[in-house]
Amino acid sequence: MSSSSCNNSACLNEARRVAIFGGTHGNEMSGVTLVNLWVKNSAEIQRKGVETKPFITNPKAVEKCTRYVDTDLNRAFTPENLSAPGGDNLPYEVQRAQEINRIFGPKESPDAYDVIFDLHNTTSNMGCTLILESSKDHFNLQMMHYIKKAIAPASCLVLLNEHPLLKYSTSRSVAKHPVGLEVGPQPQGVLRSNIFEAMRVILKHALDFIELFNEGMEFPPCTVEAFRVLERIDYPRDANGNIIAMVHPNLQDCDWEPLNPGDPMFQTFDGKTIRYHGSGTVYPTFINEAAYYEKQQAFVTTRREALVASAIRKI
Amino acid sequence: MMEPVSLPPLSRVAICGGTHGNEMSGVYMVREMQKQKVHRTESVSITTVLSNPRAVDACRRYMETDLNRCFTDALLSAPITDSTPYELRRARELNAQLGPKGSPEAVDLLCDLHNTTANMGVCLIFYSLDWITLHIYNYIQSKMTSAPVRAIQMDLPISEAYSLESVGKHGIGKSIEVGPQPTGVTRADIFNMMKEAVDLTLEWLQKLNSGSTFEGGEVEAYTLVKSVDYPRDPTTNDITAAIHPQLQDNDFKLLKPGDPIFLSFSGETVKHEGEELYPLFVNECAYYEKKIAFHLAKKVTLTFPSISVRKED
Repeated sequence: MSSSSCNNSACLNEARRVAIFGGTHGNEMSGVTLVNLWVKNSAEIQRKGVETKPFITNPKAVEKCTRYVDTDLNRAFTPENLSAPGGDNLPYEVQRAQEINRIFGPKESPDAYDVIFDLHNTTSNMGCTLILESSKDHFNLQMMHYIKKAIAPASCLVLLNEHPLLKYSTSRSVAKHPVGLEVGPQPQGVLRSNIFEAMRVILKHALDFIELFNEGMEFPPCTVEAFRVLERIDYPRDANGNIIAMVHPNLQDCDWEPLNPGDPMFQTFDGKTIRYHGSGTVYPTFINEAAYYEKQQAFVTTRREALVASAIRKI
Repeated sequence: MMEPVSLPPLSRVAICGGTHGNEMSGVYMVREMQKQKVHRTESVSITTVLSNPRAVDACRRYMETDLNRCFTDALLSAPITDSTPYELRRARELNAQLGPKGSPEAVDLLCDLHNTTANMGVCLIFYSLDWITLHIYNYIQSKMTSAPVRAIQMDLPISEAYSLESVGKHGIGKSIEVGPQPTGVTRADIFNMMKEAVDLTLEWLQKLNSGSTFEGGEVEAYTLVKSVDYPRDPTTNDITAAIHPQLQDNDFKLLKPGDPIFLSFSGETVKHEGEELYPLFVNECAYYEKKIAFHLAKKVTLTFPSISVRKED
């Protein structure tokens, strides 16, 4: 990333090439629908000075309305996968990852796309969530600040996943500035109008921000409240690995609300309560996401953190 | 006032889950009952079955074809060949185990557990207008406070009935449908409602067999009139609108002409035309492929007689 400090602002290159990914998980319908719409008619996503490309990342999964065919595309962009030989013998999503890296990357090179928005839905009650992969990405921080202000009083929270072990190799990580957009709750395979329109509005403001930045607007320093991922909590299981409890009714749908030591966390199938016994208050999210049962995750814990963004302007 | 009815004890019931492999309440309910070795109450023997084990393992609705459409008389008796889909074969096995459909060997009551992504609360679905399912519905509705309890009566003769619950004796059976719950997810509140409905069903059977008389009366139910598909692009057949926010989650709320039903991606509202009807299965995820955005039903009042078990001399 080319940047330099001038007059206390971080000076960054214009964001000329932007992509909007839908269907990274083929059954998360808002992104699939929006991208298909924009592939047919891109008027809504055009901005002066920006080339914005809508793209379906996992077409086979979209066709089958399933999360993935062989392996999760949104975990597939590891250095090993991106350089793996084997062509057609590779799992479908690894082939897709290599193809996407060719078109929109290469990842970590100067030729990579400037910004990629990756559209997702979740069965969790997360509302509109922007996912940040680095607390030092001032461009993204400023964008998220801009979006939050633009949609107020409606809310849009920021989830920071910078955890060395829990961080994963996403489709969007190919770009210089990866932005995850997660909107829920929505069942897999279902299109809810309110969820669809909320995602659409966030993208509108995101593209407006990019246009303003490219035109020369300077964005002063700001603070962005975020939730930093701490740890993944699995379901209680028996000796054979079978789940023996469900997210407790008191915790279900309470994404972003404080979970205190002693609060109910799980309810066993025969009605007993299992409580949270952490050392302090945490803010859980991704509570009861359908796709995470197989990833051994009932929810993740986060802590609140104020992230500071430097002033930015284009070079 | 209808004549009281007396019948032999109902001593065999089947509880089925995982007929659709990604409708999780029933899957976990059956597994828990099997783990607790629930095979009888005092007077009722209980068979618990995971209907579609391969689909449960894969956490999919079905592998090749919808198991819950495989139980018509015609499909159950068609010849099996190498190309017969998995679910048709499985339907035969279930029919042999719990039926045969239409025979005196069939279980007295078959209870099939389902979830829906639609906001339908607890909903019982049955074919026959037999007094047993109406009484169970009435009993559950009078005792459950945690969710609204409603019923859909399917207007099909038993021979044409296509779903698993029609395998019970005289077609006596019901689906218990609880929603809203996403596929692949288990919500504790939804599980608890399902468990309460199953427990009340077994409780009612137990009371009947022990000699209780259940008074007759009246209940309201819904019968399907027609279904409505999503607006589609005439060339590509792609959906061009979503269920309107004012209809979304409003199952069983009377839909009047002029009420919004779809909001197109380009911002136009599509309105309901025709008679006042009740929408159900609004935005059920499995119905996109069946070209159903929602069903429309009318309300009916069903009367039933008092019922008790025939005393053996």
